[in-house]
Amino acid sequence: MGQPLKAIEMKGISKAFGSVKANEDVELTVYNGEVHALLGENGAGKSTLVNMLSGIYHQDSGTVRVNGNEVRFSSPKDSIAIGIGMIHQHFKLVDVLTAKENILLGRSSGLFRNSKQLTKEIRAISDRYGLDVDPDKKVYNMSVGEKQTLEIIKVLYRGARILILDEPTAVLTPQEIKRLFRIIRNMKEQGCAVVIITHKLNEVMEISDRITVLRRGRTIGTVDTDKVQVGSLIEMMVGKKVDLAIRKEPPAQPMRPLLEVDNLHVVGHDRKSALADISFTLHEGEILGVAGVAGSGQKEICETIAGLTKAEKGRIFFDGDNIIGKTPREIIRLGIRMGFIPEDRLGMGLVGSMDIVHNLILKDYQNQPGIFLKRGPCAEKATAIVRRLDINTPNIYYPVKKLSGGNIQKVLLGREIDSDPRVLITAYPVRGLDIGASYKIYDLLNEQKSRGAGVLFIGEDLDVLMDLCDRIMVFCVGRVSGIVDPSKVTKEEIGLMMTGGKEDAAHELDQHQ
Amino acid sequence: MEGFLAATIVASTPLLFATVGEIVTEKSGLLNLGVEGLMLIGAIMGFVTAFATGDPLLGVLGAAVAGAAGGLIFAFLTVSLRANQVVTGLTLTIFGAGFASFMGKTYVGLVVPKAVKSFFSPVSIPLLGDIPFIGPVFFQRDVFVYFGYLVVILVTLYFYKTRAGLNLKAVGESAAAADASGVNVTLYKYVHTCVGGALCGLGGAYMSLVMMSVWQENVVAGRGWIAVALVIFASWNPIKAFVGAFLFGGLSILGFRLQSMGIHISQYWVDMLPYAATIVIIILSSRKNRKENQPPSDLGIPYFREER
Amino acid sequence: MNWISISKREDLPKNREGVIRAAAVVLSIVCAGIVIWILGYNPIQVFPSMVTGALGSEIRLQQTILKAIPLIVTSLGILVAFKMKFWNIGGEGQILMGALAASYIALNVDGLPKPVMLLLMAIAAMVAGGIWAFIPAFFKAKMGVNETIFTLMLNYIAIKYVTYLQYGPWKAPESKGFPKVANFEQNAIMPELFGIHIGWIIALVCVVVVYIFINHTKKGFEITVVGESRETARYAGMNISSIIIIAMLISGGLCGLTGMIQASAVEKTLSVNLSAGYGFTAIITAWLSRLSAIAVLFVCIAFAILLQGGTYIQISMQIPASVADMIQGIILFFVLGSEFFLQYRVNLPLWNQKVKEVA
Repeated sequence: MGQPLKAIEMKGISKAFGSVKANEDVELTVYNGEVHALLGENGAGKSTLVNMLSGIYHQDSGTVRVNGNEVRFSSPKDSIAIGIGMIHQHFKLVDVLTAKENILLGRSSGLFRNSKQLTKEIRAISDRYGLDVDPDKKVYNMSVGEKQTLEIIKVLYRGARILILDEPTAVLTPQEIKRLFRIIRNMKEQGCAVVIITHKLNEVMEISDRITVLRRGRTIGTVDTDKVQVGSLIEMMVGKKVDLAIRKEPPAQPMRPLLEVDNLHVVGHDRKSALADISFTLHEGEILGVAGVAGSGQKEICETIAGLTKAEKGRIFFDGDNIIGKTPREIIRLGIRMGFIPEDRLGMGLVGSMDIVHNLILKDYQNQPGIFLKRGPCAEKATAIVRRLDINTPNIYYPVKKLSGGNIQKVLLGREIDSDPRVLITAYPVRGLDIGASYKIYDLLNEQKSRGAGVLFIGEDLDVLMDLCDRIMVFCVGRVSGIVDPSKVTKEEIGLMMTGGKEDAAHELDQHQ
Repeated sequence: MEGFLAATIVASTPLLFATVGEIVTEKSGLLNLGVEGLMLIGAIMGFVTAFATGDPLLGVLGAAVAGAAGGLIFAFLTVSLRANQVVTGLTLTIFGAGFASFMGKTYVGLVVPKAVKSFFSPVSIPLLGDIPFIGPVFFQRDVFVYFGYLVVILVTLYFYKTRAGLNLKAVGESAAAADASGVNVTLYKYVHTCVGGALCGLGGAYMSLVMMSVWQENVVAGRGWIAVALVIFASWNPIKAFVGAFLFGGLSILGFRLQSMGIHISQYWVDMLPYAATIVIIILSSRKNRKENQPPSDLGIPYFREER
Repeated sequence: MNWISISKREDLPKNREGVIRAAAVVLSIVCAGIVIWILGYNPIQVFPSMVTGALGSEIRLQQTILKAIPLIVTSLGILVAFKMKFWNIGGEGQILMGALAASYIALNVDGLPKPVMLLLMAIAAMVAGGIWAFIPAFFKAKMGVNETIFTLMLNYIAIKYVTYLQYGPWKAPESKGFPKVANFEQNAIMPELFGIHIGWIIALVCVVVVYIFINHTKKGFEITVVGESRETARYAGMNISSIIIIAMLISGGLCGLTGMIQASAVEKTLSVNLSAGYGFTAIITAWLSRLSAIAVLFVCIAFAILLQGGTYIQISMQIPASVADMIQGIILFFVLGSEFFLQYRVNLPLWNQKVKEVA
């Protein structure tokens, strides 16, 4: 393709947050008409780097050139104006507005909202790139896939020629990923430069032309995708040779039922059905995975079992006793040992501003006699957990929110497994963790399994679910669409089950609302 | 009845300005509980300016500028310095009360100049004022009241028809999304807090210049807080704010009305009515569920772009 | 390069923290001084005059302590609510309702020995203040009703109600048309110790009790967790509704106790003016104390000096007392602003560069 133009050229980029150096002397060059993957572990500085391209952060030092000209962004507005479009990992859309209104947002031209013209322009862009979204649909009624499509249309409408996608596949089904990749290839053919951030190697190999690997805030190197092996990519990412296979022992035999959920119905906060007709059995010594599009009822099933959410109807048997309708306090009083790692670690599982000791007290204090709080036993326990899980903290009286993501998760997990739980519920336990920390968590879960605990594992990465779990239960809009043996199905089959057998999850979601 | 409703319009005007002002502020995601203080600042500065210059328009302008300055203090502390919005708002009220009380010390009992008083005497709007019943109630009032109508219309158009109004909504709903879309979040918050403060100041000025037309201590008497409650009642809609202000204006003068009708209930019991009604309103409002009636979702949450 | 960059601080050494806080207070005094100067007074005379007015003689010192007592007890009440992020700004109403209940006992129960009488009054006041706080707490806990407006509206209702009583049914016949409730009998008036009514002992005891309650009891821990994160409290199996209600009963009870102290020891009767804005000033003092019971003691004494000094300059220099109100507001503005510099580091790259170039 001749000598293509450099769309982006970043040189000597450094950026620090307090004492944490997120980027140090990073280099990145992206050509027009190429798909460039930015690869690295969580915390390697990928998002920081692209957020400087989108004008959200400012580099402490280094230069950025776009199409050959040096640029200096003081806000996202400047970045948009120069033709950079960023699709953030957490969509930056306003829920109560329609698709059209979201597209219009921040456009400075014109005083009033000219609807008809805009609708026409949206249609034109949609047709050109093969995108589809209803301009008058409110964002809160959209599926994850639709929201992402809307984000893409939004940046294209602003005339973006350089697209940056931050972890775009994390929340998509295999089918949706395929469709996204079609769109990306389409844009590449139109001469756009596309930067895609991900830590999933198979996707990198499939979609990208070149790959830049970051590790601990530094550039390790840029390689051509067709000239590189997955093994050496991993080595570049992690810094050493690692085996990414997850250890899986067969589940305990015979399979003794531990937790039986029978015909469970739960109504969500918005008074819509969140879970309908859920029935499954969790056995001792197994890891039961839960797969599904985000928001398919994962949060509700966890919270209902843990006694935090009331069920409309149905029964949950623990060792033969019905625990439905029991509060967490009553469950503890029944002597049922249950551990729960919620999705929102600092917002729900822990108190960020409190230290490790007080976060341990959180679970413990209700069993203490009298009206006074005893800290002593928990301080000892804290020391033990810090040592056992190798938690990197200055001391046990350090506020947990100041710890790194992996260490925060270890504090939470450490507390939950401390009581030797018989049931362990974990929601996205490795989200945001680096590879080392993730594998530590997998090991701990396997340890619990071999100890005889039943583990419910809510996951989002289908590869991990298939490697780690003994069985996978697939959720589709609040219903169980099947429980499968991961060795007997493909990812694509699970993906289809997640969306009710249809290509487009959006329609499915619509019908249920 | 006509007379009562006409008096209701007068009594509701300060509430209307303050409520719309607070709606403008809250739409940008800032919860300014200092409305009472802003009204007091506006009331005294409007009065002092009008008294010193004898010019009613300068008085109104003085109140608006003072209210905007109060809003600016709030915006600086909560947006730039990320101070707690609830406590900052309360402080603004305490400060405003002290400020008004101090500035007004030498004015207590003084009456607004004649020129001001006559400027704010009722004038009938041609045609509209002649409509039976409606005319005398709504369109034979003073120019300040008409200005209130105009503010409601303009703010409504601004919210629902302009691009800036759309951007404003985004800032209040999700500052991060608005920022990523190229909206200057900080600027929007500052501007709307100042405009909101100016409107609150105008509400106070109406109290001191028109309704009472004489300076007295604590002239606002809790109306700022009722306005904060009315924002919830109005579910952030200026038109509904008009309805709410009208209802509460009526309640606040019900006592006089009842007494003039020869019904004798203690004045103090009647005085409680607007406050009790406010409580009833916020209890009822808490039961709303429609997405469109919810507060801006980023209300009260500070935004810092580089927060990780 | 940007002319300003802001980053979050990792850790701040204690002495740096002290420096920033002290700077905020000094700046606020300077700023207040400028305001006083603009208003046409000489700050160099005003401030020392305020200090001598508050501490200069035994009587003045007693006056200062008399102002500190209700402030401390009320601030502790507010603290318990704020710890839970329940914005109780109904202190005024709770004080009045407490005073009302204490007065009811004082005026209607005869012949009890003084200690029993006072105890009964205190209990009645705490119950009444507690009930006045319970109402918004109940609606907050069960329906999520905005507590800020609710508690404030209850202030107005309490004020109107006490006014009604004072001007109506409870007006003393012997006051000859002057709207005043009858004075308490001797057995309903608090004794003095070292020249000041024993409210100061009550205040000190309350500081210790609230400190222990917040920091060393399970209930105190629960209140703190609810304040930090509702979701975490729910996750830990706490009964959030009951925690909110209990905390508010305590909060309102303490404010009610203030009402009893003021009615019994200071006014010696029920008066609508006895709360004197303590319910609002306590919001400031509680926040300035960073919700620490021990700090409340010192901050409230400092504020009492400010209040008494304000009263003094009113007489000695004809400066309206509202100046003190304004100074309070200014100080709090600065302290609120200073929190930012405790949490963030502000860099001025261009400025630093220039400094380097010059050097």
